[in-house]
Amino acid sequence: MEIDPFIFRLSIFVLSIFIGYFVVWSVTPSLHTPLMSVTNAISSVIIVGAIIASFSSSSAGNISFSNILGFLAIILAAINIFGGFLVTQRMLQMYKKKEKKKNK
Amino acid sequence: MSANLSSILYLITGVLFILALRGLSSPETSRMGNFFGITGMVLAIVVSILSVNILFANLLYFVIALVIGGSIGGVIAFRIPMTAMPQLVAGFHSLVGLAAVLVAVSAYYSPDSFGLGTFQNIKTASIIEMGLGVSIGAITFTGSIIAFMKLQGLMSGSPITFPGQHYLNATLGILILSLIIYLIIDQTSQIFWILIVASLLIGFLIIIPIGGADMPVVISMLNSYSGWAAAGIGFTLENTALIITGALVGSSGAILSYIMCKGMNRSFVNVILGGFGTDNSSNDSKEKAEQKPVKSGNAEDAAFLMKNASSVIIVPGYGMAVAQAQHALREMVDKLKKNDVKVSYAIHPVAGRMPGHMNVLLAEANVPYDEVFELDDINNDFANTDVAFVIGANDVTNPVAKTDPKSPIFGMPVLDVEKCKSVLFVKRGMSPGYAGVDNELFYRDNTLMLFADAKKMTEDIIKNLD
Repeated sequence: MEIDPFIFRLSIFVLSIFIGYFVVWSVTPSLHTPLMSVTNAISSVIIVGAIIASFSSSSAGNISFSNILGFLAIILAAINIFGGFLVTQRMLQMYKKKEKKKNK
Repeated sequence: MSANLSSILYLITGVLFILALRGLSSPETSRMGNFFGITGMVLAIVVSILSVNILFANLLYFVIALVIGGSIGGVIAFRIPMTAMPQLVAGFHSLVGLAAVLVAVSAYYSPDSFGLGTFQNIKTASIIEMGLGVSIGAITFTGSIIAFMKLQGLMSGSPITFPGQHYLNATLGILILSLIIYLIIDQTSQIFWILIVASLLIGFLIIIPIGGADMPVVISMLNSYSGWAAAGIGFTLENTALIITGALVGSSGAILSYIMCKGMNRSFVNVILGGFGTDNSSNDSKEKAEQKPVKSGNAEDAAFLMKNASSVIIVPGYGMAVAQAQHALREMVDKLKKNDVKVSYAIHPVAGRMPGHMNVLLAEANVPYDEVFELDDINNDFANTDVAFVIGANDVTNPVAKTDPKSPIFGMPVLDVEKCKSVLFVKRGMSPGYAGVDNELFYRDNTLMLFADAKKMTEDIIKNLD
């Protein structure tokens, strides 16, 4: 009997929750704010769905309602991706400056 | 690009995201982690572009969308003050929620482009996943907007409650679940849209009764929701990268919510039901409080005390963030260090408006992170310390949490500042903290109250340290 591909995805999902559980517990509490901004940035990988929604099956010049929604979703996800990663970088940079100062 | 190859590349994206979170286990590895995260994101975007066989003209549209979004995001990221980080994160969560809703609606109207069947004839499993994704996305969207408005001060931070609130929420919750199940037999667009509207409404309703100081839990919870929404969409689109990421983000937010609840000794349900700190039955204790004498001092007294101390522990709270006092504080500490005073910082898990809020503010002010300690690591040191300098914190130092079982904050882990030889409280007035509980520390002999704006007081102390 063949296994439904859904079961494979479910397995990936459940195992990823456990990975997330152990990885996040190991995050140092002083970096919890960057953790939130970076998880926010990576959850914007939903842009993958937005790309499919905007561009697949659209013959040029024939734009559907779905394509427009997809286009808007790309913009929203892009705000998050750039905003999320950059603000995380900015915060992590601040944790670095001090190290340098100490070494001097 | 073949489906197998793209699946493998999406898996690599997932692994890179795991490494991004793993990097945050220490500040040294964190920047490398962020780099992994960015790499993963670029990979995911490239793979999805290649797998839809995009037309050249459309590629231009994609670049336009990316440039619009990217520049908005970039400007926000560079402009935002560190004190505004909680509302920024809340705002970003709302975008993830809305993007999830848009993608789900798009998939509903053109399921063929995602390979999910035809319009109103979507595969059963897919329509359930789509229903869940769109619903969680919508809840995340409106919930985050309310959280954003509360944090930004566009809306009162005090809980908004009305009779029958919980019944209304429960009814809506049941309605949403029934609609998702009903979609299996009837996929008409009315059902789908009612589901979206009901979810938008409940997102709004579950956040309004939650007060300002419970925001650390709310933000973490919405963080978790945005992850589950992404995972729901991932199942719908059968995309491994989205499923892995959604699971990671979902569990991350859930753990942070748990840590925050534990920091307040409250159950998650208790926070969600909201209304905490509104029922002020302690009126008589307040009257008593007014009669008790309080020792209040000025910057000169504070400077004298700290200059002559051999060790000082600083306890920052939300008031420091509001007054933007972190830079002045750091300057004050520098002066103290020149006088050979040993200074460290003690951070309560729920200090501020989001997990790790105080740590970021101190980092912004160039405080070395090895001088900053979490509650469990520093709590025993208070007994051997001369001065505790409490700036903008209140409830998290209240010893009543250890002594009075009737107090609403009983059992909450607190910083033992009362064990210090003397305690300095920088506060604007005598008002009780968020929990509405009077802090008996204010009336102790070894406590000196410094009534002023946190930043102004710190600056005055600096002048007096010269």
